[in-house]
Amino acid sequence: MNTELNSGPKNGFDIRRLINRDNNIVQLLLMTVLIFVVMTALSPDKFLRYYNFESLTYLFPELGLLAIAMMIAMLTGGIDLSVVGIANLSGILAGVIFHKIAGDSGVAGTGFPTVLLGIGVAIATGAVAGAINGLLITRMNITPILATLGTGQVYTGLAVVLTGGPAIVGFPDMWSFIGNGKILGLATPFVLFLVLMVLLAWVLTRTTFGINLMLIGTNPKAALFAGLKRERMVLYSYILTGVLGSIAGIMLSGRTNAAKSDYGTSYLLQAVLIAVLGGTNPAGGKGSVIGVSIAVIALMLLSSGFTILRFSNHLVDFIWGAFLLLVIALNAWKNRGR
Amino acid sequence: MAWFRRSEVVIAGILMLAMILIGLINPAFWGLDNLFSLLRSNVIIGIMALGVLLVMISGGIDVSFPAFAVAAMYLTVKAMIALGMDGVALPMAMATLMGMAFGCVNAVFVHNFRMIPLIVTLGTSGMVRGFLLGVVGTSMININAMPQSLLEFAKTDIISLSKPDGTTYGLTAMVLVYGGLALLMHLVLRYTMIGRSVYAYGGDAEAARRAGFNPAKTVFFVYAVAGALAGFAGLLHSGMIWLANPRDFVGLELDVIAAVVLGGASIFGGRGSVLGTMLGVFMLVMVKNSLIIMKVDTTWQRVAVGIIIIIATALTAWRDRRRQA
Repeated sequence: MNTELNSGPKNGFDIRRLINRDNNIVQLLLMTVLIFVVMTALSPDKFLRYYNFESLTYLFPELGLLAIAMMIAMLTGGIDLSVVGIANLSGILAGVIFHKIAGDSGVAGTGFPTVLLGIGVAIATGAVAGAINGLLITRMNITPILATLGTGQVYTGLAVVLTGGPAIVGFPDMWSFIGNGKILGLATPFVLFLVLMVLLAWVLTRTTFGINLMLIGTNPKAALFAGLKRERMVLYSYILTGVLGSIAGIMLSGRTNAAKSDYGTSYLLQAVLIAVLGGTNPAGGKGSVIGVSIAVIALMLLSSGFTILRFSNHLVDFIWGAFLLLVIALNAWKNRGR
Repeated sequence: MAWFRRSEVVIAGILMLAMILIGLINPAFWGLDNLFSLLRSNVIIGIMALGVLLVMISGGIDVSFPAFAVAAMYLTVKAMIALGMDGVALPMAMATLMGMAFGCVNAVFVHNFRMIPLIVTLGTSGMVRGFLLGVVGTSMININAMPQSLLEFAKTDIISLSKPDGTTYGLTAMVLVYGGLALLMHLVLRYTMIGRSVYAYGGDAEAARRAGFNPAKTVFFVYAVAGALAGFAGLLHSGMIWLANPRDFVGLELDVIAAVVLGGASIFGGRGSVLGTMLGVFMLVMVKNSLIIMKVDTTWQRVAVGIIIIIATALTAWRDRRRQA
């Protein structure tokens, strides 16, 4: 990151311009620091452990990817309520294939080509599922909320049909490496997340596709008259959303060594919350990868702090919901002054 | 031939076709006991659907009502046990008011903070469920501990019949409660100023404001009534299944929204009718129940519901586009 910061305004990644463009990032950073300080004050001995932060680097990437996926859908004023379904279905399909190929010999030692096949299948699942969403939204003119509500049911339903209910347990060791392993002392999902983050930030701010998405979200009519290929761009954005969902599914099944149809259902609320908190405008046109990434880290610190304080999972859900409403209220209050 | 184009007629036609088809596959479908149990399953989803219909006509969407329903139900039952209270009317009023209060929170965020209803209701839903399970408790209250008069009330039948083998079955009186509420909602939507204002607001909020409707009043009415209906349905549900489960109604929002969309309501607001919604609810419940009769594995239920949502929304989107053209 530092090298990018020093590269000057010509390449665009100038921190001052970032602040001028949008106060949001600074606010988010302040909030993250605040959460960090409060949690440290509340339980310094437990919260500040290296282990706590290390485990966070395994946990947050999957949620971060889902939130970024949600943000991309929101850029055009849409939403994707099926991402969690896509994530689970991708993991389950890959799991089914591993178990079919390995047979009785056990899946743990599955070879590299098979794992690669599994990754291919999972990502293809995400791409196809996303394309179905995109086609329903652009060709059939269904509102994104209802289209993805419906497809989310179908994807989750297919996952239930494939597993028959219980989880698929046991994945190849190489697959688990994606969710549990280490690269150069850093958690693999964390490294993967950083790479994807940089890639997506570049795609959204530096390519025709990304800029078109922003323009379509800001003013659909103007974008149409300007000759942007709205349908195709929206379709691509949902395919991208689906693929990110399936990568999150790979990480999730790799980390837990299992895939289940109702894994991470509370992720949906959290992904929406993080996207909104990260400065995404759900009505379209505004959103950044960096904002969402900081927001996910802030909220993971918050929830890990509460877990250390022995709050139950349900209470953490309560706090997530309260936080979302608080952010909405704050934003409304802020905009009223203008 | 204008009546032919009405969505209620189309839905009713599709419904008849589906019923004939299911009846051909398994004649047991037409048995009175099956039909009675179908009607019974309509009650709770139907009452909630009336609330969601109202929200959808106003151009919003509500995914928080299952959480409100379960919270109103569980808190009321807990309070009744703690206070040694019994009776039907007072607890029902309590649950309804509780739901109404939750609904007002939605209205504040939608109207005063101008946030998209989906995101607001996702937030309130998470909060209410989290609070219920995290603070109030996670244990189920079963038939022995449940207030008896509530169970007695929910057990009332209009018609009672017995099979040749001696077992009895009947049509629950709760369908009358559902029917009464539906009629009331129909009258309010058709003939009162506040009902018309919901259509006006959903059609074009700015135009409604200039025509002299008070948007704040409309939005609060819509979400408060939706919450109230959810609270009422929640408590009624616990009476009907003899159980108060704080984890109940998970995922029900999808079924109810599917039913309302199936009934011809448009998510863009301004259109939708009580009759259409009731038909939509019946269709959804029938398809879900009949999958079992038709010997389809229950794991396929979610896929079926999802496909129904997609087809129904595609059809309404197609209809709306044609009208605009």
